[in-house]
Amino acid sequence: MSERRYSPLYELTVCRAKEFLREPEAVFWVFIFPLLLAVALGLAFRSKGPDQIPVGVVAGPAAERTLAVLAESPVLLARQYGAAAGLDALRTGRISLLVEAGPPTVFRFDETRPDSRIARLEADGVLQRAAGRKDPLPIESKLVTEKGSRYIDFLIPGLLGLNLMGTGIWSVAFSVASARTQRILKRLAATPMRKSDYLFSQILGRMGFLFPEMIVLIGAGWLLFDVPVRGSLLLLTVTCLLGATTFCGIGLLIAARVKTIEGVSGLGNLVMLPMWLLSGVFFSAERFPDALQPWIAALPLTALNDALRAIITEAQSLPEVAPQLGILTAWGVVSFAVALKLFRWK
Amino acid sequence: MTTPSPSTAIRCRGLVKRYADVVAVNGLDLEVTRGECFGLLGPNGAGKTTTIEILEGLTEPDAGDVEILGSRWTDNPRALRERIGISLQETQLKDKLTVAETIRLFRSFYRNGRDPETVLKQLALEEKRGARVGKLSGGQKQRLAVACALVGDPEILFLDEPTTGLDPQSRLQLWQQVTDFRAGGGTILLTTHYMDEAERLCDRVAIVDHGKVIALGTPAELISRLQAANVVEISAEPEISEDSLRSLPGVADPYRRGPNWAVPVVGSLAETVPGLLALVERSGARLVHLSTHQATLEDVFVAMTGRDLREN
Repeated sequence: MSERRYSPLYELTVCRAKEFLREPEAVFWVFIFPLLLAVALGLAFRSKGPDQIPVGVVAGPAAERTLAVLAESPVLLARQYGAAAGLDALRTGRISLLVEAGPPTVFRFDETRPDSRIARLEADGVLQRAAGRKDPLPIESKLVTEKGSRYIDFLIPGLLGLNLMGTGIWSVAFSVASARTQRILKRLAATPMRKSDYLFSQILGRMGFLFPEMIVLIGAGWLLFDVPVRGSLLLLTVTCLLGATTFCGIGLLIAARVKTIEGVSGLGNLVMLPMWLLSGVFFSAERFPDALQPWIAALPLTALNDALRAIITEAQSLPEVAPQLGILTAWGVVSFAVALKLFRWK
Repeated sequence: MTTPSPSTAIRCRGLVKRYADVVAVNGLDLEVTRGECFGLLGPNGAGKTTTIEILEGLTEPDAGDVEILGSRWTDNPRALRERIGISLQETQLKDKLTVAETIRLFRSFYRNGRDPETVLKQLALEEKRGARVGKLSGGQKQRLAVACALVGDPEILFLDEPTTGLDPQSRLQLWQQVTDFRAGGGTILLTTHYMDEAERLCDRVAIVDHGKVIALGTPAELISRLQAANVVEISAEPEISEDSLRSLPGVADPYRRGPNWAVPVVGSLAETVPGLLALVERSGARLVHLSTHQATLEDVFVAMTGRDLREN
């Protein structure tokens, strides 16, 4: 007989955390993958001054002079094309505007392409001034670069949200589903262990590596990309905790009944893929049609991403992110309740 | 249902379990006394695992009553789980945890239990305490499964095919654990398709076939039902007829055993074997196989069902 008291919840949680740390693949997906993704995307979309818009000039007697004028514009990148090749380049999108020196000078472009319209205005301006136009109104441009407006500022909170979702759902769903396929759940159900202890340990075990995960991503954003946390660190932590818990609940729901790893993998992707696209991870969700907006806003990852962005880049406080936190809580509570109801031990 | 006496550890009546296309358990009754080691012996698919899982409260029967230590699974399952230890068939534990962590985890589920260190020693797993479960041999894994069943200090131990696939040394070690547990006053219900295991370990055996108990008793009682201490297996070219075998003095009813006739010998081998040889010679046949062995539970099973225990 041993007299010492054991806490099953503590033992289950420690075992869960150890299992995770002994799974090198899992460590990669939680810590390394988001960093690599941030670095790759950060490089691809780094701030490098406005892009030059490629335009073509049709070969002809006045082409040389037109090219020289267009080259003075910092916005345009002009090249000479044969007549057929120029049309082809315009059609396939390699150039945004095709200029045929006149008189009259002809601009060929697709009006629905914003870059084409900019190119047309710019080309028109430089050519008119070169032809002797005087602008009656003096204009002075002052350029602004605001921290928090770059792509990486948008991206880092989105990646953090994405990671909280992926880790929460996969860590719980795979752990539960594999325990079921290996009949470990059945073995546990044959002990006096409280069922709720097992389910809670799944969440607590995941929380054990939430803080390192947060620190890695937010730290990398700060040090590598100069994305500081402008809002309250406490509020940020609470939001991450809430988000992580909610996605654990969704993971539990996904794994409540599936009997195979393939099943959980399919169901998990089915749940997560729409949020990868719709919830404003890589680009703003506002690009989707207005009719979809209420539905998108109700997704848990949208709520989490919006809250994280509001705290990290806009320094918003609790009352301002309360609606998002409310949506997250609702998802978490409902998922847990349904998961507990549906859960099968065999 | 009459009240079981306090000495009854396990009792079930009229168990039935149907799956989509098969009746796994078909009206099965059992009564296991406290302090007894009881064996469910039968071929694969006989319904042993379904039966033991119903008794363990892991599977719901379609019909029938189960009482474990005087209570039903519907009364207070957690309290009952505190008092029993289970090793499932081909138990899998978490591969990434170590032996010591696994035992400690299972210990934490029980209000009262044994010291994990003691159990570790008892099952000769001390050297493997830091090893990952995934790296253990079959015998070590099975010992760990039994350790997890024992660490809650159970009154009843349920073992489903505890030695299937184990090497002889691991089997012996496991048998020793069962014997020790019983010596300490524990009750054991085990399933097996090894007759030697049942004969060696069990006080009483129920032979199960097609979801029913077809014979019940001590191994010695069951063997004595053959009315033969020895069995001769014989085959010849051309085949000897059943009638001519039956006509020999001192033999019980012969039955087929693979390519051979099995002839239970009631009297003395010294009289029957020469008689058999003479029979073969008289009929002008050529002797292909002749062997004798002491009657076992396997012979009882084959005599009753016409099938080998290890056949499917």
